[in-house]
Amino acid sequence: MNGARNANAGIGRAAGQVHRVLTEAWRLQPLYVSLYAILLSFVVGGVLISIIGVNPFTAYWALLRGMVGGGDEIAGSLARSVPFIGSALALAFAFRAGLFNIGAEGQLLAGGITAAYVGALSWMSDLPGIVAIPLILIAGTMGGAIWGGIPGVLRTKTGAHEVISTIMLNSLVLFGVRWMVNSRDPVVLRDTESTVPRTDPISDTAVLPELVDSQPVLHTGLFALVGICFVVAFVLKRTTFGFEVGTVGLNPHASHYAGINVNRVIVASMAASGAFAGLAAASEISGTNGFFQPGTFFLMGFDGIAIALLARTNPVAIIAAALLWGSMLSGAPLMQQEADVSIDVVRIIQAMVLLFVAADAIVRYLFRVREHDQSPFKATSIEGAV
Amino acid sequence: MTTVEHAAGATRASGRIGLDRQSITGLVFGVLGIALLAGVAPAISGTSRRFNFEPPPDPAGIGFHPPTWVIAIGVLFLLTAVLGFAPPEARRWATPARLLSALAVIPLLLVLSLALSDNPSTNIVNLFNESLVLATPLALGATTGLWCERSGIINIGIEGTMLAGAGIGYMTYATIGDAQSTGWLWFSILISVLAGGVVAALLAVLSIRFGVNQIVGGVVINLFALGLTGFLRSEVIVKTGITTGVGTSEFGLPLLSEIPVIGDQLFRGKPIYWMMYLVVIGTWLVMFRTPWGLRVRSCGENPHAAETLGVNVVRIRYQSVILGGLIAGLAGAWFSMESQTRFEDNMTNAAGFIALAALIFGKWTPWGAFGGALLFGFSRALGTRLQFLGVEVSGFEIPSEFLQALPFIVTLVVVAGAVGRSIPPAAAGQPFQRSK
Repeated sequence: MNGARNANAGIGRAAGQVHRVLTEAWRLQPLYVSLYAILLSFVVGGVLISIIGVNPFTAYWALLRGMVGGGDEIAGSLARSVPFIGSALALAFAFRAGLFNIGAEGQLLAGGITAAYVGALSWMSDLPGIVAIPLILIAGTMGGAIWGGIPGVLRTKTGAHEVISTIMLNSLVLFGVRWMVNSRDPVVLRDTESTVPRTDPISDTAVLPELVDSQPVLHTGLFALVGICFVVAFVLKRTTFGFEVGTVGLNPHASHYAGINVNRVIVASMAASGAFAGLAAASEISGTNGFFQPGTFFLMGFDGIAIALLARTNPVAIIAAALLWGSMLSGAPLMQQEADVSIDVVRIIQAMVLLFVAADAIVRYLFRVREHDQSPFKATSIEGAV
Repeated sequence: MTTVEHAAGATRASGRIGLDRQSITGLVFGVLGIALLAGVAPAISGTSRRFNFEPPPDPAGIGFHPPTWVIAIGVLFLLTAVLGFAPPEARRWATPARLLSALAVIPLLLVLSLALSDNPSTNIVNLFNESLVLATPLALGATTGLWCERSGIINIGIEGTMLAGAGIGYMTYATIGDAQSTGWLWFSILISVLAGGVVAALLAVLSIRFGVNQIVGGVVINLFALGLTGFLRSEVIVKTGITTGVGTSEFGLPLLSEIPVIGDQLFRGKPIYWMMYLVVIGTWLVMFRTPWGLRVRSCGENPHAAETLGVNVVRIRYQSVILGGLIAGLAGAWFSMESQTRFEDNMTNAAGFIALAALIFGKWTPWGAFGGALLFGFSRALGTRLQFLGVEVSGFEIPSEFLQALPFIVTLVVVAGAVGRSIPPAAAGQPFQRSK
């Protein structure tokens, strides 16, 4: 008992030491908790790996090489991260307006199917790429925006909480797209020549240009999504609309009395959130797959929640968090291949990251970090949900 | 009411249209009634159909003439519509009429689906039983949600809790009992239940001790359970080489299963299915008929008032969330040891979210939640049956996805308040801090 406490104190002191070094070396104030959460999660994952009889360092070395071991690996990691930027932005933006959009999963599907439909239209092949590519991206964005706007409208018109309505809408759109790509009689959007259920391939002109022929392909959708992050950062910081979003998020009452049209802000931020998810889906359809399959976006919306949290809803930090997320998933197969560790370890580590970021009290206690930045995801900010 | 709604309400208050919810519901039924009488009844085939009560050969059943039934239900809908606009003294009949009409949608669906298919008959007792069986994990999951949310903790991690129960339970069964022995099967079901409890305890610690946003806590649980069970499957279950095994076995309830025609179909079932009824009844009894249940509910409505009266809010919340988790663990065992005897990644396949929908549909009451679960179970069973029967509307085969999506639309409508508003416990989602 006493020994355990000593060891605990020892670890605590060591961790506190780490914190001091980092404080002096870099001025990373708001990032500490996220950084330590990642560190702690890898420790937990390492324990798990050693339980199954594998040296965690061997496993993590393979994981690291799978993530950034060479040009192809880096490109693959980047490519894998691109859609996560969109799904995380979808959550972060709504959150700034005090809304919890857990419907990114559905908004991705809605955007994806719209993009695939527009991309496969027969007249698309007559258009030059410079018109066709923006068209398919806009189509996906619109699809996501509409599906994201619905819970916003329901919230303002009827008071239905967005958490519930987005869960329902997620299931609804999933059944919808499943039917569209499965049905052979009548054929809705199914590619009848393919043995697996998917939509017709999109027109060649609507394919986003490839940057690196990695696995998966790195395409120019990267620029679109990274660009959007900076645009969102600008909008939130420098525009009236961004100010309104932030104010409504902090206090809808006060905003109302200050003359802000609260309903308009709610609908607009939900629609914008959906639009980001839709854009991510469209870029995946156009740049990576070339067709739509419902399984592509499995869990991507929920991963978005974790990434947005990790980045503390900061649009620019989302780029880094999404990169970490995507590259871990991209590197995991090499770890499985070389160290014979199931890729699900990465999922566990990711869940741990989310846990430690959300329950930052654990991290603060372990690393002796004082509380100077209030976590944006503290429970008080969401009232009466579900 | 949240602050946003408050603000929204304030802006709307002035310009409301004169239509209240009852008249809108009335209008919907009116339109449906006219459509049935004028459009559907003349169009469907007049040849008689049969509802069977038992499997072939020579099943008992009743024959019927589809258009007659459609007309009867159409008239009922019209009556409901008229009552909705009737003078106040006749209005007391409006509510029962609406309820009856809502219930009549189920026979209407059955009559229509049989009339539109080429099959002359179908076994409806069996369909009813399938609905109940498919509702088992949903009813258990909804009960989980009920315990959590009535005590003030939102749980969107039901899905993950179930999945953890399913995976850990089956792993135990495969490693200790080789997925073959009945004794170990029951031990493993117990492990499933306990695993559910442990996972829920994690949510409880996060949301009560650390004050983490409860929705985020639920997402953590879902992601974590998916990773953990996937890991256990590939590292443990697959390595045992066992792919399937002996699951729980059916038994008939004494006396009731002896009833001729329906007894053998309705009163035979597997153990977790029967336990589901016990859990729902037990939940109702404990939550609404015991002092402890009252304390649980008071923590979900006004924890500070409860604390003033000497209720230990923190302890009650821990207890209810963990109790809910145990129930979700049982639901998990249904997936991997009763419905099927194996474990697959993401086996629960969104059942936890459907259970949440059933809970909301049922307005946070045990029987309502059970009804909601039954509705979802029915729509799934009917979806499969329709594919089986090959129901066509002018050459267009009704896809099962449509019926499966139907309950979600209904829940959305209920949440939006068009048919009897669904209102959550007042303090659900709010962290509680002891008064100093």
